[in-house]
Amino acid sequence: MTELFDSAVTVLSWALLLTGAASVLIGGIGALRLPEIYTRMHAASLTDTAASILILTGIMLQSGLTLATFKVVAILAFLLLTGPTATYSLANAALLAGLRPHVSRPKGSRSEPGEAS
Amino acid sequence: MIPTSETDASASTDSETTATSGSPTPLISLIGLFLVLVAAWLLWSGLYKPLLLTLGAISCALCVYLATRMNFFETTSILPLLPRLPLYWLWLLKEIALSSLEVARVVLSPRLELSPTIVDLDAEAQTELCHVILGNSITLTPGTITLDIYKGRLVVHALTAEGAAALKEGKMNRRVAALEAR
Repeated sequence: MTELFDSAVTVLSWALLLTGAASVLIGGIGALRLPEIYTRMHAASLTDTAASILILTGIMLQSGLTLATFKVVAILAFLLLTGPTATYSLANAALLAGLRPHVSRPKGSRSEPGEAS
Repeated sequence: MIPTSETDASASTDSETTATSGSPTPLISLIGLFLVLVAAWLLWSGLYKPLLLTLGAISCALCVYLATRMNFFETTSILPLLPRLPLYWLWLLKEIALSSLEVARVVLSPRLELSPTIVDLDAEAQTELCHVILGNSITLTPGTITLDIYKGRLVVHALTAEGAAALKEGKMNRRVAALEAR
């Protein structure tokens, strides 16, 4: 019974770790594909939040109920508090520096960020 | 506890302007912060040697001193929100999962279907703390980034028009406002 539980936890943790790795990869692809800084930051925030939650939860399941797990929980909490703050100051600095975000037309014509495709 | 955090905030700004360096902070919150810091130090270091314990005590005391100097206790009162936060975090986790999938789909789609949009948003919450929570929650969910926040007015950049519309609908805004209500 415990063996079954253990293997279930292992499978779950590996699933989390692999999805986390996939979202890091997708975030990287997005940071390369998307056109300008603001849209690229959206892709980067995929690695920032989704990937860190997935990977750190996977690590928590690996290490079980130990002090290490508690520390990983704290790391996750710090990341989730500081990450958006850093992203905000980056975006705000870009805005203050005079980088105008591209904005698509409300309806119909969406040819503005077309040079990327 | 009928007087909401709004009245707390206005009272605190008064005390800020009148007495900046005085310490009207209740002793119990000073000690509380100190104990939290000590617990964190002990858990992190895991070494119980006299030198390290002394250094830890000194740095915890320094942190408490700096926190009072920064008016930490007057401006931030996270305690009243604490019981309602876990449920909000669960909801936020769900939102993060959904919008992560959406952003991944946009990024991986062969023709990038971007429709970047700027949204102006008025926070329904009153306190500065809840404005920060709202701004950070928006940034935390992939696909939306808070560009600017000033006196409860947020400027948000959304990757797609759909994301902007969902934000404009104001579900997250209402959730954050509900954190401080009652």
